[in-house]
Amino acid sequence: MTRRPASWLPIYAALYVAFLYAPVLLLPLFSVNNSATPTLPLAGFTWKWYQQLAGNRELVSAAWNSLAVGLATAVLATLLGICGARAVTRYRFRGKRPMSGLIMAPLVLPEIIVAISLLLVMLAFGLNLSLVTVTLGHVLICLPYSMVVLMSGFDGFGLSLEEASADLGETAFGTFRRVTLPMVAPAILSSLLVSFTISFDEFIVAFFLSGTDPTLPIYIWGQLRFASRLPAVLALGTIMLIGSFILVTIAEILRRRAVRRTQTDGCLFV
Amino acid sequence: MTVAAERIDAIVHERARRQSFHQSEQFRGLALISPTFLYAFILLLLPIVVVIAHSFWTQNYLTIDRTLTLANYRTALTDPMYLDHLMRSLGISLAVSIATVVLAYPIAYYISFHGGRHKNLWLFVIMVPFWTSYLLRVMAWKVILGYQGVLNTGLIGLGLISEPSSALLYNTPAVVIALTHAWAAFAILPIFVSLEKVDRSLLEAARDLGDGPVRAFVRVTLPLSMPGVISALLIVMIPTVGDYITPRLVGGTEGVMIANAIQTQFGRAANWPLGAALSVTTMVAVTAVAGLAVLALRALARAMR
Repeated sequence: MTRRPASWLPIYAALYVAFLYAPVLLLPLFSVNNSATPTLPLAGFTWKWYQQLAGNRELVSAAWNSLAVGLATAVLATLLGICGARAVTRYRFRGKRPMSGLIMAPLVLPEIIVAISLLLVMLAFGLNLSLVTVTLGHVLICLPYSMVVLMSGFDGFGLSLEEASADLGETAFGTFRRVTLPMVAPAILSSLLVSFTISFDEFIVAFFLSGTDPTLPIYIWGQLRFASRLPAVLALGTIMLIGSFILVTIAEILRRRAVRRTQTDGCLFV
Repeated sequence: MTVAAERIDAIVHERARRQSFHQSEQFRGLALISPTFLYAFILLLLPIVVVIAHSFWTQNYLTIDRTLTLANYRTALTDPMYLDHLMRSLGISLAVSIATVVLAYPIAYYISFHGGRHKNLWLFVIMVPFWTSYLLRVMAWKVILGYQGVLNTGLIGLGLISEPSSALLYNTPAVVIALTHAWAAFAILPIFVSLEKVDRSLLEAARDLGDGPVRAFVRVTLPLSMPGVISALLIVMIPTVGDYITPRLVGGTEGVMIANAIQTQFGRAANWPLGAALSVTTMVAVTAVAGLAVLALRALARAMR
């Protein structure tokens, strides 16, 4: 077996990464460009698009909405994810496959199908659309991701440690608090961060299920109709990109720490 | 006394039986997964059943007529506009899934076979853009392909074209490009996982038996990684068929997809049953196309071996 890669492979890999990143990096680039349209050549540096964001009341309230939905979603999805992931990694029981299959299904369904079916049920039962309905939808969307992160943290976490703790006289709660929790805490934090990031950026479900209170992506969607507001949207988008990047990086570091503790290996989703 | 002893015995036995059920893996597993499962059951499975039910009903101004009918499906399958949207959506999702898989395979191969100690870092670098807002990533293509966009003004600046081209944005190719970019990273993971499972000694065996690197790849690596290729294809094809943002932002009037029609039925047109029938039709159609693609790939893998 050759140890040396074909010479075009590393070049292709570099080009591929450039293809992935270049479009995304245009947002920060044009957010500090002193021009009302994103055109080349660049027109000089400015912070003015960011300054425009500061006093915008609509934007600030949308950001608070997204924050509230994101936090609630992260907590709920992670709590439900802990139950599901623990059950799947710890026990063997009949019905495990179809049940976890249903929980993971939103990952491979078009989001619009998830969104309209939730909308139909909520309207049919006379529920008012609000940030609560958005949160309910977001938990559903985040569950598969939360499950994957937590399963990779719980997997390989042997019973022996918990049994040893019980044998040494710890109560069930003491074992959970002093043995189980420290082992899986990084995975739980990672799941919280990933769920928050997904909810914060999610558009379709929020688009269908939100009432009069917009989340941040919905606010952006509304702004896209006005060409003159594009630079401010780019500035806002840049802040969101940086936020997502930081949260996801922390999540991955934590998840890897969790995996190292339980002696398995992989990457987010692998 | 014997009667009492028997009763005690029976009670003890019954209690032990009940306890063993409570402590059994079956019970504990079900109890622990049930909150999560019930959540998905109530908020995903039941709503989908409600959608399917609606697709057989009729909208009667503000009320729903619950007489069963196939009229919605007749509209969905015969109205040229819906048929056109559906066919374009299927074509776009097929093109996008093939493009992402073809583009992703060499990367997954490079990371799996030559990533060395940096495999996790590579995967992380590739996944990061995927975690940023989907809306913003699609919006970036509007900035690139627009009439006053980066590509046009850049090419003019370089002197390659004299006036901006309006052919870049608001058409089907623009939708395919934006979607391929948005889903690129997602296709890498399943392929990478299946490549990691390829037994490296099989490749050595192939080489020892006289296969060159290309032949060994085509006859060993590629067929063995086919499960990953198939799941990558599905994990891209099925969600993209119902994409709403991309056609709205970069598709223009030519690149309209079925999700836009579905949204109209639930919004302005207020015809839920027709929207439901369009949704069900789309899911059935994309499942059929995906099934055919899987069969074709399996046959291909068999033929190569």
